[in-house]
Amino acid sequence: MQFMLLFSRQGKLRLQKWYVSLSDREKKKITREIVQTILARKPKMCSFHEWRDLKIVYKRYASLYFCCAIEDQENELITLEVIHRYVELLDKYFGSVCELDIIFNFEKAYFILDEFLLEGEVQETSKKNVLKAIEQADLLQEEAETPRSVLEEIGLT
Amino acid sequence: MCRDLATEVEKLLLQPGSYVRKKAVLTAVHMIRKVPELSNIFLPPCAQLLHERHHGILLGTITLITELCERSPAALKHFRKVVPQLVQILRTLVTTGYSTEHSISGVSDPFLQVQILRLLRILGRNHEESSETMNDLLAQVATNTDTSRNAGNAVLFETVLTIMDTRSAAGLRVLAVNILGRFLLNNDKNIRYVALTSLLRMVQSDHSAVQRHRPTVVECLREPDASLSRRALELSLALVNSSNVRAMTQELQSFLESCPPDLRADCASGILLAAERFAPTKRWHIDTILRVLTTAGTHVRDDAVANLTQLIGGAQELHAYSVRRLYSALAEDISQQPLVQVAAWCIGEYGDLLLEGSCEETEPLQVKEEEVLALLEKVLQSHMSLPATRGYALTALMKLSTRLRGDNNRIRQVVSIYGSCVDVELQQRAVEYNTLFRKYDHMRAAILEKMPLVERGGTQDEEAKESKEAQLSEAALVSTEPPASKLLDLLDLLDSSSGAAQPPPPLEPSPGGTLGHLLDLPCASPAPASVPNLRVFEREGLQLNLSFVRPPETPALLLITVTAVNTSGADVTHFVCQAAVPKSFQLQLQAPSGDTVPAQGGLPVTQLLRIFNPNKAPLRLKLRLTYHHLGQSVQEIFEVNNLPAETWQ
Repeated sequence: MQFMLLFSRQGKLRLQKWYVSLSDREKKKITREIVQTILARKPKMCSFHEWRDLKIVYKRYASLYFCCAIEDQENELITLEVIHRYVELLDKYFGSVCELDIIFNFEKAYFILDEFLLEGEVQETSKKNVLKAIEQADLLQEEAETPRSVLEEIGLT
Repeated sequence: MCRDLATEVEKLLLQPGSYVRKKAVLTAVHMIRKVPELSNIFLPPCAQLLHERHHGILLGTITLITELCERSPAALKHFRKVVPQLVQILRTLVTTGYSTEHSISGVSDPFLQVQILRLLRILGRNHEESSETMNDLLAQVATNTDTSRNAGNAVLFETVLTIMDTRSAAGLRVLAVNILGRFLLNNDKNIRYVALTSLLRMVQSDHSAVQRHRPTVVECLREPDASLSRRALELSLALVNSSNVRAMTQELQSFLESCPPDLRADCASGILLAAERFAPTKRWHIDTILRVLTTAGTHVRDDAVANLTQLIGGAQELHAYSVRRLYSALAEDISQQPLVQVAAWCIGEYGDLLLEGSCEETEPLQVKEEEVLALLEKVLQSHMSLPATRGYALTALMKLSTRLRGDNNRIRQVVSIYGSCVDVELQQRAVEYNTLFRKYDHMRAAILEKMPLVERGGTQDEEAKESKEAQLSEAALVSTEPPASKLLDLLDLLDSSSGAAQPPPPLEPSPGGTLGHLLDLPCASPAPASVPNLRVFEREGLQLNLSFVRPPETPALLLITVTAVNTSGADVTHFVCQAAVPKSFQLQLQAPSGDTVPAQGGLPVTQLLRIFNPNKAPLRLKLRLTYHHLGQSVQEIFEVNNLPAETWQ
């Protein structure tokens, strides 16, 4: 996968993850183009669209469009599965996820994505493991936030 | 940065702790993508990593191996020996590896399966042994995967791709095509899309297998989804062959009528190409091209016009049929430029066939000359016509001036109007045609004869036309058909006239007079103008008379009959008469009836002189006579005076 974009029905970008290095200007340009193209497609059309030399695989969940750009030799159908798995992870974590969750907790969305995909490839196929990793990260974060006395820190109390 | 940290990553690959290791493997993938030289570092650990049970690490490892093999043929050879191991892993996964945490709707870890299949494809490409090892496994996966949900279909799709790309057994390939055929019938659009894409890739190698699914493919043409119908169009065009060409063209033409505009050009050129390669009969071919031009005329390639005109020109028996159909099509609609161009050309060439009457292959169509002329004028004046189309129409009108039997007033009018047209090309043509009507009217029929069949080669049609225009302006002859003997004379005369010692006075005949002359031409010729006889010579009973004939169809020609009569008592023997005329004329002496003029007014000797006078210069004639009479040989040279004006005006 080269990049993944999440955007709303009004064309607002909610999440972007790039697995190739491009300049900011190019990223903006590509994003604009793809958002325009995908939003112009009718609801009954198929989920695949050829764009430049890549294939865009997209799926709409409620008010969000999940878009992945894959290379020519990759399997489109399994990419649909990747998208679906990501949505399931979000759903499990946030409990019945909606767009607002992603807007207000976008860093968590990015963490979950980073636990699931690395370098554009799936790194963990087990939902359980991904969610476990996120939980552990959350715990660490909570611990860091609770104030501890100096004595506790050195382990005397 | 990658180079510095590569060794660190390598160490992490073999550390305990699956969480870190799985990330380390994919980091290695990233490093190889950035810096391919680091492949050497990451190659050795792969073999060990393959023994992992953890799916995440396994998946990462497979991806790493795939990356290594794609970048280096040496690595590819190295990893061929793990094919059996991969086969084993996949087999376990498919048969017994069911675990809830990794499965999606009954398919165990589809991500891992797809990745392994992809690696097997790369390893088995062009390698018999590896392909053989995986044959059974592929068959097993293909038959056992549950295809009710997308995950199963994804695995199946990957399997099909692997079967197609490796050297698999024939039975397996047939199985793959059948799976794709099943995909085509699926209601899910996505699955149909991937099926069409894969079939397109397969059509070159397994043509007959794909042909079996032709009806389904044609069904997909009717999809409202644009990407799907585009794929279906490409595949349909690839599937056309000589046995199904009629049915397929029918389907493609109905698609052309309803398809979105961006696909029109591809569809039209596809149909024309298929028709060219597989046309069963010429008539069908012409019909097909005609239909394409009527439906999508503006989207066809530029050489379609040239191809069609060449095709029609070659099919002699279909001239009448084609010109009728083109005429009806043109009468309905003059906006499609390629159609108008071809129709104009045809009407010009075969206008006489159009007016003739009935043709067995179409309904009887009574067309009047005025209608044809009106239609061509309409094309000329229409704002929708391109300049090239106008050129075609003007030339067609000109050709009709020789093909039609009516008078040419209307045509001449149009041609003279366009002599002051703003468009330079049209103006040039109109002026040249005007000249053709006026000064070179005798050559008009020869120049505007039917074109011979042009050589196949696109632009030659246009070149033939352009060369015609050029020759017209030089007033030389186009040597297409064997010209009539009269024309040969004209050619000689023209050549001689260009080098005339005395330039002939520029006689501009009065328009009324010329018009009268021209109008006379197509009608039956009246009686030749009579010119009084002339006695030019008399000596000792030998008389020489000249009688003149000016045939009306060739006004520049003068026929003189020299008659020698002998009223004396003695015969005149060895009678020879020679004539000379100024350089601007051409003289032809025919053989005399004899060389003895018998005495007492016996049978006279006659001789015919043909004098050609294109410039209508005053005729001067010198005669030289040699003969024997009354025991003397006589030689006389004299000029004929008092030649009546009608002989040369």
